[in-house]
Amino acid sequence: MAAGSPRRLVEVEHLKRVFDVSKPLITRLLEHEPRRRLKAVDGLDFKIDRGETLGIVGESGSGKSTLARMVVGLLKPTDGRVLIEGIDMAATGDPAARRDVRRRMQMIFQDPYASLNPRWRVGDIIAEPIHAFGLGESRRDGEATKPRKGAVAARAGELLRLVGLDPADGRKYPHEFSGGQRQRIAIARALASNPDFIVCDEPTSALDVSIQAQILNLMRDLQEKLGLTYLLITHNLAVVRHMATRVGVMYLGRLVEIAPTAELFARPRHPYTRMLLDAVPDLAMSGRARTPVGGEVPNPIDPPPGCPFHPRCPKAIARCRTEVPQFIDNVACHLAHDDPNWLAREGATARL
Amino acid sequence: MKAPLLSVKDLRVEFITRRGPLTALDGISFDLAPGEILGVVGESGAGKSLTGLAIIGLLDPPGRIAGGEIRLNGERIDNLAPEAMRKIRGRRIGMIFQDPLTSLNPLLRIGDQLVETILTHTSLTPKAARARAISLLTEVGIPAPEKRIDGYPHEFSGGMRQRVVIALALCAEPALVIADEPTTALDVSVQAQIIAVLKRLAREHHAAVILITHDMGVIAETADRVAVMYAGRIAEIGRVEEVVRDPLHPYAKGLMAAIPTLEGRAARLAQIPGAMPRLSAIPPGCAFNPRCPNVFDRCRIERPPPLPIGTRRAACWLYDRGEVTPPARETVS
Repeated sequence: MAAGSPRRLVEVEHLKRVFDVSKPLITRLLEHEPRRRLKAVDGLDFKIDRGETLGIVGESGSGKSTLARMVVGLLKPTDGRVLIEGIDMAATGDPAARRDVRRRMQMIFQDPYASLNPRWRVGDIIAEPIHAFGLGESRRDGEATKPRKGAVAARAGELLRLVGLDPADGRKYPHEFSGGQRQRIAIARALASNPDFIVCDEPTSALDVSIQAQILNLMRDLQEKLGLTYLLITHNLAVVRHMATRVGVMYLGRLVEIAPTAELFARPRHPYTRMLLDAVPDLAMSGRARTPVGGEVPNPIDPPPGCPFHPRCPKAIARCRTEVPQFIDNVACHLAHDDPNWLAREGATARL
Repeated sequence: MKAPLLSVKDLRVEFITRRGPLTALDGISFDLAPGEILGVVGESGAGKSLTGLAIIGLLDPPGRIAGGEIRLNGERIDNLAPEAMRKIRGRRIGMIFQDPLTSLNPLLRIGDQLVETILTHTSLTPKAARARAISLLTEVGIPAPEKRIDGYPHEFSGGMRQRVVIALALCAEPALVIADEPTTALDVSVQAQIIAVLKRLAREHHAAVILITHDMGVIAETADRVAVMYAGRIAEIGRVEEVVRDPLHPYAKGLMAAIPTLEGRAARLAQIPGAMPRLSAIPPGCAFNPRCPNVFDRCRIERPPPLPIGTRRAACWLYDRGEVTPPARETVS
């Protein structure tokens, strides 16, 4: 938090997560089935700078949510690590350091109906991180003085006002609020521990568009006001376009491309990115024909060999079927590596 | 103009509760021509799905049609006996629901489900029904349908299941298909495929489609006309290009402006303050008046009827007597 701290906030290094989805042992023995492993996240490397919003987009099964959970430490990586300001939460032996990292990193979940305890008053929900991290009036002094009771309530009220609710709402229960208001409460709770990094997993996909606009605006305002850094996970390309400074595109557990937002939307380098952009319904009704894409995301338990996208890729060549493209120069595609201008030469202009 | 296939007039749906009836749909009127795709868009609770359910006669009690009429090819279908309605459902009106998994029986092969539906509604022999089932699967784009027809629903991916559900809805060649959020549970790339299927069906089979969705992008790309719903009423209805590009009703305007687009990182999204009222607390006058930036006295007292503006209708007092110029804010008392 001190001035002059490095620009880099989060470093994800070769992150992997494998889930064992085998049938029970007895079934495997009887049916001679091998163990089955699902590589939900298969070797990710990226960094997030302080104050930026990194958007991660991908279709279902791409591993976005698994990634989010590993970044905040809700899920242990099978391999690789997540460094928050150089500290690996999973490996550090220092409980105080771990606790501090925890405090500075919060998460906002997709479903505001499931993420708030229905039996708790909103004020208590928001105060929980304050108690959990022993934050109070003296939170910056490092002294262990218990916060005064009124101080915590006042802080909860302040947080409610910050997210556009009434401090008096703290006495109500979650069921008294609409979806959008609940998401505001979830944001207030996330802010209660004075975090600098917030992981947002589909924060608006359960909300209506007019409410989505309110929440996205709120998130941008808070980012400016509090200097927050976001990792925004979503399947909605328009939302990342609006919110993110950089975007990473995931497919079957791998990052296929990462680029500054404007660049990614103007000049997608990976055929999958281009396909995603083409698939978005066109509100402007420019008459642009959607390129129909064949097929669906393959089952991640049994991904295709070589480049995982090759069965759906209109540009696939023999090499794509056998050789996994490395993530070099921010893109994982043989074509993009060999011929960086393939899209331009094709004469296909992507979105402005 | 061709006689409408479906004509809904002043439809009113109520829910009887202990605290008295709640009006969930109020004065819904529209016509639908054969081969036309009508988009119904709105936020949760606006009454989109209820409109579909009322037309196909699947309102669950305590919900009931309390007024107005629904005509299919000129004959009233809103007051039919359950048995008579059941004959229409499936045969003349098909329905596609949001979640393809719950629309299919997990214990039956998809072929059996298709054949059963075909046999119920047509006089085909079982063998011919199976052939027809295969051709339906081909039509909705399922590869190797001769093989897949003997698969169970769990063996299909989400997009493929939704195709099967569409095939089911088409078994009896219905003249009207109601699709309630058919692409919401699907990934964008698959969504594009399903939309293509729906559009082709409307064109080739000359079926009218009511496409219910909260996704304006899907409507913009698929529908011919669109009805924007708010609090159980139609705020604006008209040709999709007009409504999307230049909405008239302040709610439709706000809704369009709130949608983030791929075109760029705008400073802020336009937002409509507040939220849609609960059914028990719909304000008098125009239902949108507490959130409306153009509200004036009349809006709080008198409910605006759908006013014709060109080919459109908008339920907003701003357009009374064809005055298309929005009055200045000073009209607020």
